Amino acid sequence: MSNKNTEKIIEWLLRLSALVTVLTTIGIIWVLLSESVSFFQQVSIIEFLTDTQWTPLYKDKHFGIMPLVSGTLLTTFIAVSVALPLGLVIAIYLSEYAPKKFRKTVKPLLEILAAVPTVVYGFFALMVVTPFLQTIIPNLSGFNALSAGIVMGIMIIPFVTSFSEDALQAVPKSLKHGAFALGSTRLQTSFRVMVPAASSGIVVSVILAFSRAIGETMIVAIAAGQQPRLTANPLVPIETITTYIVQVSLGDVPHGSLEYKTIFAAGMTLFVFTFILNNISFWIRKKFREKYD
Amino acid sequence: MTNSRKNRLKDKGFEYLGVACSLFGLVVLAIFIGDILADGLSRIDWDFLKSLPSRKPEKAGIFTAWTGSLWILVFTTIIAFPLAVSAGIYLEEYGGNGRWSSLLEVNISNLAGVPSIIYGLLGLEIFVRIFKMGNSVLAGAFALALLILPIIIVATREAIRTVPPSIRAASYALGATKWQTIWNQVLPASMGGIFTGVILAISRAVGETAPLIIVGALAYVPFAPSSPMDEFTVMPIQIFNWVSRPQHGFTVNAAAAIIILLLITFVMNGIAVYLRNKWQKKINW
Amino acid sequence: MDNHILESKSVNVYYDDMHALKNISMKVEANSVTALIGPSGCGKSTFLRVFNRMNDYIEAFRMDGEVLMEGKNIYHKKMQVDELRKSIGMVFQKPNPFPKSIFENVAYGLKIQGIKDKEFIQNRVEKSLQQAALWDEVKSDLNKSALALSGGQQQRLCIARALAVEPRVLLMDEPTSALDPISTAKVEELINELKQNYTIVIVTHNMQQASRLSDYTAFFYMGDLIEFGKTEEIFRNPKVERTQNYITGRFG
Repeated sequence: MSNKNTEKIIEWLLRLSALVTVLTTIGIIWVLLSESVSFFQQVSIIEFLTDTQWTPLYKDKHFGIMPLVSGTLLTTFIAVSVALPLGLVIAIYLSEYAPKKFRKTVKPLLEILAAVPTVVYGFFALMVVTPFLQTIIPNLSGFNALSAGIVMGIMIIPFVTSFSEDALQAVPKSLKHGAFALGSTRLQTSFRVMVPAASSGIVVSVILAFSRAIGETMIVAIAAGQQPRLTANPLVPIETITTYIVQVSLGDVPHGSLEYKTIFAAGMTLFVFTFILNNISFWIRKKFREKYD
Repeated sequence: MTNSRKNRLKDKGFEYLGVACSLFGLVVLAIFIGDILADGLSRIDWDFLKSLPSRKPEKAGIFTAWTGSLWILVFTTIIAFPLAVSAGIYLEEYGGNGRWSSLLEVNISNLAGVPSIIYGLLGLEIFVRIFKMGNSVLAGAFALALLILPIIIVATREAIRTVPPSIRAASYALGATKWQTIWNQVLPASMGGIFTGVILAISRAVGETAPLIIVGALAYVPFAPSSPMDEFTVMPIQIFNWVSRPQHGFTVNAAAAIIILLLITFVMNGIAVYLRNKWQKKINW
Repeated sequence: MDNHILESKSVNVYYDDMHALKNISMKVEANSVTALIGPSGCGKSTFLRVFNRMNDYIEAFRMDGEVLMEGKNIYHKKMQVDELRKSIGMVFQKPNPFPKSIFENVAYGLKIQGIKDKEFIQNRVEKSLQQAALWDEVKSDLNKSALALSGGQQQRLCIARALAVEPRVLLMDEPTSALDPISTAKVEELINELKQNYTIVIVTHNMQQASRLSDYTAFFYMGDLIEFGKTEEIFRNPKVERTQNYITGRFG
């Protein structure tokens, strides 16, 4: 009967749409892998992982990814050390202390921070934050990891806050009431009962914050510089993996050239980092959900 | 001082810290918006919206940028909306609990965490090169559509989940097939939630810069696109380009363009919040 | 009892390991009201849903035995479930109107059958609302949202919605349990009217309701059909002690 056939066709169309998401993943892995493989036929993996210079665009070519990785991790650590304490304190305050009205007004306003396009944050870092920091730290370069990292941290505050708050809200009320009944203050209840009980959710928020910061592009491309260097000094220009990819894409690099392949090798490195972090967080979230269901 | 007195003081102290931290983000946001307005507001006029890019900052405008953004936005939506809503329906209504559906679930959660710049690399290789779309609006739209797919899928699933089972039961009991029930009852009842997700996703796409740079959107395009196969630029790329120039005039231009970009983003988010509130009121069955 | 329309033959229902209905064989007389009674969890609602296969959506559900409608096994592989449900309507415990207009609610069953004739649909909507004794209250605002109606009106709307496709049988799962006494009286009155043209099977918790409304009564207990017969006989002199205890309110 035609009714049955239509139903079957529709189900298949819907299934195909769902399949697109799988194809996207396969496509990403295939693209990164195939170009990287051809990159590593010309450059040894050992050099890629151990050389301390990254200069594929110069005459004296070096292909050590470490300077880009260090630049990425530097900005990421600065961002997370801004976002984590702020985001967590806000989450605890909103969830355990704040009057309902305050929470209802402040939460959506904070969400705006996550909605602002990243290119706008880049402008902010370069034009406002760096000049301001230069009045305190006179030897701060015009491009630096510090300012980009701080601004990126502000951007990811809402991520940390909203994930941590969800985790705190998921803790059974009976635990909290038990602590109050023993005469604990809100502070003691928060840090001795709620935060430990919500720890897996909070860990997820931290991991996602890392993942988000590692993959962030425009803020660092605008404000952190384009000089790959192996350093932990936040005051000088550096280059992140993402910035390098942008830098190459803005130039005119012919398809198939070694320079072209470098952006895929760099992209692969980036993907591996975020893939591992995302999967850890997914796994924790799944375990966590089972615990309270 | 007694112990409990100390504890109460600490408690109060943390409360002030909480307020301070909550306000910190907002104050930074306010300073920033104030600074941008001071820099750029006076630069915005009709000429700024109607002018092509130029080497002289006082003559340059954002016409090609905002028309490019509009083209990208329309095509991204056309591609992403049907795909994402269909995938969301499939996962929620047909997926079941098997291994296939849990694989899909892990996969979508993973895609949501892939950095946007990687979607640019995907688009460059697949759409620009293999499908030979070149550095066109279409190639950019496909890359962005894949990027926002997970956002709309998640929103669709959440919206569908709020439709009470009694509505489905009533429809089935009247002899409706599964698809008739989904199409006539489940989807209309969850449209508010789905649209909220779509608008948030589009607002994300409007602000995206990196993937479009990789796909080959140009900083300097002297004409507005007239077909989906044309080269293009978008607002964020124009801003990025101006920020990178040393002359003060371009900084002012960047600030002015940011005001307009933020306006678009905030209006879209506002609409999304409004829709969500209205819809949540309606679904108290 | 020869003029029967529905029949169950040795029906067993399981939810995973739980044996929810045990070997139920029973016939439903056409153009009559049959009441299914028994304490909560006795299987009466499950049994009602066996007749229009609404249990199919429960994952743990398994069934054996046969269920016949006019001699045809409705669990046969070739049975079209959507066709079956057009001839067996259902009214649920809580009113569940669609979040659409009153008109759209009643017209829905016709529209999904692919009927496009506007006049036909309009006439059928009016007729169904009249049958459900709701027409006079809503005729001026058919385009108003069904969710704006009172609970009792919503339940009568759901009855009209079920009637619009002209089913032979109407299954009612505690249709008045969510209603106030006045609305309940209206719905009961309606059921009395409807039995001239329809076969009605009704699940109820309310003994008075069963005795007032039904021609036949089936008493279920822990998945067993304990006693089935003419309502007068069941209520006046039940053959099984457990039935008597339940009817007289000694348990349940």
